[in-house]
Amino acid sequence: MTDSLVDLSRLQFAVTALYHFLFVPLTLGMVWILVVMESVYVMTGKQVYQDMTRFWGKLFGINFALGVTTGITMEFQFGTNWAYYSHYVGDIFGAPLAIEGLMAFFLESTFIGLFFFGWDRLSRPKHLMVTLLMALGTNLSALWILIANGWMQNPVGAAFNPTTMRMELVDFGALLFNPDAQAKFVHTVSAGYVTASTFVLAISSWYLLKGKDVEFAKRSFRVASAFGLASALSVIVLGDESGYTVGEAQQTKLAAMEAMWDTEPAPASFNLIAAPNEKTEKNDWAVRIPYVMGLIGTRSTTTLIPGIHQIKDKNRQRILSGVEAVRALEQVRHDPADQEARRMLELHKADLGFGLLLKPYVRNFDQITPELLQKAVDSTIPRVFPMFWSFRIMVALGFLILTLFVASFISTLQGRCENKRWLLKWALLMLPAPWLACEFGWFVAEYGRQPWTIYGVLPTHLSVSTLTSDSLMGSLAGFVGFYTVLLVVEMVLMVKFARQGPGSLGTGRYDNELAHAH
Amino acid sequence: MDYPTLKVIWWVLVGFLLICFAIMDGHDMGVGTLLPFVGRNDVERRVVINTVGPHWDGNQVWFVTSGGAIFAAWPLVYATAFSGFYWAMLAVLWALFFRPVGFDYRSKIDNAVWRSTWDWGLFIGGAVPPMIFGVAFGNLLQGVPFVFDDNLVSTYSGSFWQLLNPFALLAGVVSSAMITFHGGVYLAHRTEGAIQQRAMGSARWSGLILLASFTLAGIWLASGIEGYRITSVVDPAAMANPLGKTVVRHAGAWLDNYRHWPLTLLVPALVYLATPMTFVVLKARRTGLAFILSSLALTGVIGTAGVSMFPFIMPSSSSPVSSLTVWDAVSSQKTLFIMLVAALIFVPIIIAYTRWCYRVMAGKVTVAFIEKNKHSTY
Repeated sequence: MTDSLVDLSRLQFAVTALYHFLFVPLTLGMVWILVVMESVYVMTGKQVYQDMTRFWGKLFGINFALGVTTGITMEFQFGTNWAYYSHYVGDIFGAPLAIEGLMAFFLESTFIGLFFFGWDRLSRPKHLMVTLLMALGTNLSALWILIANGWMQNPVGAAFNPTTMRMELVDFGALLFNPDAQAKFVHTVSAGYVTASTFVLAISSWYLLKGKDVEFAKRSFRVASAFGLASALSVIVLGDESGYTVGEAQQTKLAAMEAMWDTEPAPASFNLIAAPNEKTEKNDWAVRIPYVMGLIGTRSTTTLIPGIHQIKDKNRQRILSGVEAVRALEQVRHDPADQEARRMLELHKADLGFGLLLKPYVRNFDQITPELLQKAVDSTIPRVFPMFWSFRIMVALGFLILTLFVASFISTLQGRCENKRWLLKWALLMLPAPWLACEFGWFVAEYGRQPWTIYGVLPTHLSVSTLTSDSLMGSLAGFVGFYTVLLVVEMVLMVKFARQGPGSLGTGRYDNELAHAH
Repeated sequence: MDYPTLKVIWWVLVGFLLICFAIMDGHDMGVGTLLPFVGRNDVERRVVINTVGPHWDGNQVWFVTSGGAIFAAWPLVYATAFSGFYWAMLAVLWALFFRPVGFDYRSKIDNAVWRSTWDWGLFIGGAVPPMIFGVAFGNLLQGVPFVFDDNLVSTYSGSFWQLLNPFALLAGVVSSAMITFHGGVYLAHRTEGAIQQRAMGSARWSGLILLASFTLAGIWLASGIEGYRITSVVDPAAMANPLGKTVVRHAGAWLDNYRHWPLTLLVPALVYLATPMTFVVLKARRTGLAFILSSLALTGVIGTAGVSMFPFIMPSSSSPVSSLTVWDAVSSQKTLFIMLVAALIFVPIIIAYTRWCYRVMAGKVTVAFIEKNKHSTY
């Protein structure tokens, strides 16, 4: 596999996944906001709450369309661009994707039709049930996708089979209850709830600033600030920091994103900000807070958090053991009856993936030099600088959003939010913040997994399809072209309807009723 | 449950999912294909779009789930087919892009150029995928040039243009005609007046093309296309290893199954029974029954391709030993079993709530309805 093919495949996946992830968080949260609004409608019978459900539902629909469009790309891409990955781990990884379809995606996609078109054909409680099932489907979908993704980070419950030349499922329960997946699920859906709350809060604030549809906007503001406050607390308190002590992938990530070059006596200090230097492998300077890292990261005063150098030392041993595994595997593939080779493979099997890390540097494992070995060892740690700063940007945005929701929740309780223009302006200004935080978070989680697609099992450079770089450049250009046009179209519609407001429902009850708008 | 049984069950199950995909997503793709021709003005087109408006998204999940099931049950097929047919798959994907945005965005702006652009987008999203799937099946029946190395890395040596050979294009016509036929029948069921008349006309035309092209493809397959045959002893309980068998190409090998099990001839016969019967009941305006019959017709078409090739899924023309079959391209016994349990639990539930949704939205979509609800319909 050539480097350019691997790099282009990664770039295409990153571009399409980051793009898909512009639409997913809003969907995950909007569905619950719609459930809340519609529940109030069903309980109180107040028309404005149905109008809120329908109007915010309209914006939700514009976003949802692109979520569906770009989601299919993700499924296709495993087969088109990551063929060896699909073969090597399909036995495990395919299952949660298929179950996602059966259990969740059908549910959300079938009921979304009735959500939009069933208002006049269903009783109020039945329509609410439809909305609820749609919300459930959307969030279950995230659960299964994150079970699949969690397995990439922490591949539990599977074993390598030399006859089929792939990983095979051993323990389905371990796959389901992977602590990594659980932590990721809570963190990701909470982030989605925050995104949707910010969206509703910011647009409602804009109506209040303009003084239009004030009653409608005040109620929307209230729902968003309550839901947003709870979600922002959840995303930070139950953030997946707690998952970072589980499994080696997460330990490596933790060391990189905290720029912890060496293991410190427990509890370790926290680098609030620092200047990580990849060449000297230390921080040029750092602002440190004693004990905090150890306490947050391990929830204890005695557990050590391994530093980058210690992780590298361990990985060097694993690569050397992995070399034995690769050699034994070659012999077993050549002669399945070779018992000595089978015994060796069994002995070193856990490090097979680490042996494969050497493949891009040396074809013949008899020619391994200390320099090549060092290259492979160095490759096991993602670059520290982007990890360190992406994580900090995400966390800073998270706290900024939390403060916004604290302020807006207090003001909505006092019933005076429409008078606090500074708050309304601030809320409007914060509109892009959750999206940025989500994208940086995605980057930390997935870039931080490098050089692996499946941590410790399958290196990224072996995972790709046998394609030409030209094909990749062509498809990448196609995706960029399509996605740019789609984004422009989506933004045009989103801005048009957000500006027009609930008047776009054509009910005659709101400002900006335009006869020709649909 | 033993491994050989699970392997066969999964062949049936993937076939079932693909047939559900053709019946459900097929009818809304057929509607998309007919949209620019059956709807002559904006409101007529909105009628056509809104017959599938509440359902296309749920239907499309049959496609996504079929893909997911192939990933989980036949990972090597998923890997080899999607990467080998790289540009064809991207063409399907990019055509599908037009559907969610086309449906949801089209009527949100009142501008003739905007709406007509999305109408043609919906046409592309409806017409291109079935055609490419047909072409892909046409190529599978002839074998596809790919080879595995010892580590099971697959290398595909064909080009996109080689996929467009005469037999494969004929298979593309079969598939397109079948989906258009099915979409026309559905449209006749959900519309009235002039639109219904045009839909019925399209259904008749495409039904006739389906019969003609299916017949021609069958004759060609029996006389001119070399099939594949496993020549080594197959151990159905063996672990999946596609390199552990020998395969030859043989003229007429695709008729083997019909010779061994003559009852399987009922599968292609279904096409010849159900299609003309569709015409008859359509004429009698029994449109609901016609939809069931056209569903049976496309079950026959897809079933014929499957039965002809069994146990092959994806034969290799350049390295027959690399061919993928139901015995050696599958997941482990454990995964197949877990996935079977999941399918047995969820498929009936999905069918039940999908049915409920169609019942809630049942009835003709009319011009008057669209004009009354122009803010809330597509």
